[in-house]
Amino acid sequence: MSLLEVSNLTISFGGLRAVDSFNLQIKKGQLYGLIGPNGAGKTTVFNLLTGVYKPNEGIVRLDSQDITGMKTIEINKAGIARTFQNIRLFRNLTVLDNVKAGLHNNYRYTAIEGILRLPRYYKTERRMNEKAMELLEVFGLDEEAGCLASNLPYGKQRKLEIARALATEPKLLLLDEPAAGMNPNETGELMDTIRFVRDRFDMTILLIEHDMKLVSGICEELTVLNFGRILTQGETAEVLNDPQVITAYLGE
Amino acid sequence: MKKLKINKTTKHNFITYLMVFIAFAAASLLLAAGQMSSLMEGLLVPLCIYVMLAISLNLTVGILGELSLGHAGFMCVGAFSSAFFSKCTEGTLPDGFRFFIAILIGAAAAGVFGILIGIPVLRLKGDYLAIVTLAFGEIIKNLVNVLYIGKDQNGFHFSMKDSISLNLDPEGQIIVNGAQGITGTPNDSSFIIGIILIFISLAVILNLINSRDGRAIMSIRDNRIAAESVGINITKYKLMAFSISAAIAGAAGVLYAHNLSTLTASPKNFGYNMSIMILVFVVLGGIGNIRGSMIAAVILTLLPELLRGLSDYRMLIYAIVLIAMMLFNWSPRAVEWKEGMKEKYLGGLKKRREKEVK
Repeated sequence: MSLLEVSNLTISFGGLRAVDSFNLQIKKGQLYGLIGPNGAGKTTVFNLLTGVYKPNEGIVRLDSQDITGMKTIEINKAGIARTFQNIRLFRNLTVLDNVKAGLHNNYRYTAIEGILRLPRYYKTERRMNEKAMELLEVFGLDEEAGCLASNLPYGKQRKLEIARALATEPKLLLLDEPAAGMNPNETGELMDTIRFVRDRFDMTILLIEHDMKLVSGICEELTVLNFGRILTQGETAEVLNDPQVITAYLGE
Repeated sequence: MKKLKINKTTKHNFITYLMVFIAFAAASLLLAAGQMSSLMEGLLVPLCIYVMLAISLNLTVGILGELSLGHAGFMCVGAFSSAFFSKCTEGTLPDGFRFFIAILIGAAAAGVFGILIGIPVLRLKGDYLAIVTLAFGEIIKNLVNVLYIGKDQNGFHFSMKDSISLNLDPEGQIIVNGAQGITGTPNDSSFIIGIILIFISLAVILNLINSRDGRAIMSIRDNRIAAESVGINITKYKLMAFSISAAIAGAAGVLYAHNLSTLTASPKNFGYNMSIMILVFVVLGGIGNIRGSMIAAVILTLLPELLRGLSDYRMLIYAIVLIAMMLFNWSPRAVEWKEGMKEKYLGGLKKRREKEVK
């Protein structure tokens, strides 16, 4: 039984078929990689999965629920959270508040209760703080809880984005080039973090990445995109040795 | 670490409340001692009005992050709806209770207008949004200027043409008379009520900022796409911030309407000049800095009056002081210098305190 089932997903921008008949099946608990040369349509797939774009054709099912064409916030509630290629944090909020913003839909009280400071405000806020600190500790960010997000070093900003996505309690986590701009040491550390997240939260993860060391190190299966179409799909080792894939990356 | 941060915001808010209280106490003392000129005395209620307008606009500009140039329009809605109510119910309700209801009505009417205008306007961003809010502010003011409402035994009469086409009975009474506005509004506003309203507005805004909903609003400001991706409803929270901001401006309008016996919607009080003026308070005090915008509102309201003796040069000096304050507050060099001074004096203090503890 697959957690995510995508069939025949297609979107065109003008005359360009940015993503063409894309199929994908991810099992629960899998670490799945989506790779391909620049401009292949990887981020477009993420945007289709998270409702930023509406597909022209195709069906997306999460846990057998049809989520095709839903709005971003509905898809998030259904259980998909993501990070972004160019980090998108709430820069002027503290690290703690960034995670608490992620907890938004899971810990509720009304605006009136917040403004009048009724007991439920204090109770819920305390629980939110505890939960957020727990998440920050997992990522080693608890020391910086009071800092502004924009003051964090790059690697920690990436981690904070993952923490924020996890705060929404998703079933599936999408990571868009998590290792972009990282040095080999940081990438190594990130690989451990991703593995840890998968084990600790029993998470299913789909990631886009260019760093082949990271991809071959942690992904169990891969899909390779080229010019919006699937080039090949399967076990990581096999895919990476596929002559078609090597051609797409390195040229003839 | 966690505790520390929470204490910091509580402390920060407490200082803000304390400042308002000290200002109130000082003004009351001066009043009681008879040391305040009648000119200054007349300025007390307008000061409260401007402070409320400044902090409410800061909610839209600083916290929601959308530039609005039509804030005076919401004040206008609050002023006219409440003055209309007061005029209709004068003599039938006890004064204090009537004014209380008037404030609620003014705030609610402005809040509803905030939502109505917000629905189309908040789809826009940045400069476009600013221009459209400017237009809406003017529309409100101009609509009020052609509004005629009268009352006789048959009930209310309404016209957009002139007072004659209202077809009132001989003993009927014109309440809203077009460009002449509403005359004879009861003078219910007072400094104390103004201060109470400031406290309430402050509590609403500061509590909102430090709550789940405030975080949602600020996350939209910082990154709309990311906010959506964590399941925050953009439209809902934009409207919430915009209408709360409008409602507080409406309450300020109620105070304004009940401070004067004649209420007209002229470009001077509800036009874009006023909206820009409020924006100046916000920008000078610091976008998103509630306390700063209050201080800026007070200084910039008092300044022209204090400079009255200079007659012709008054506005020139006002402008120069404005520029100088802007530079001193926000130029990178000045900010750096201030940080340095803070470090030097407060840092030293901290060290000394630490030593004492040891």
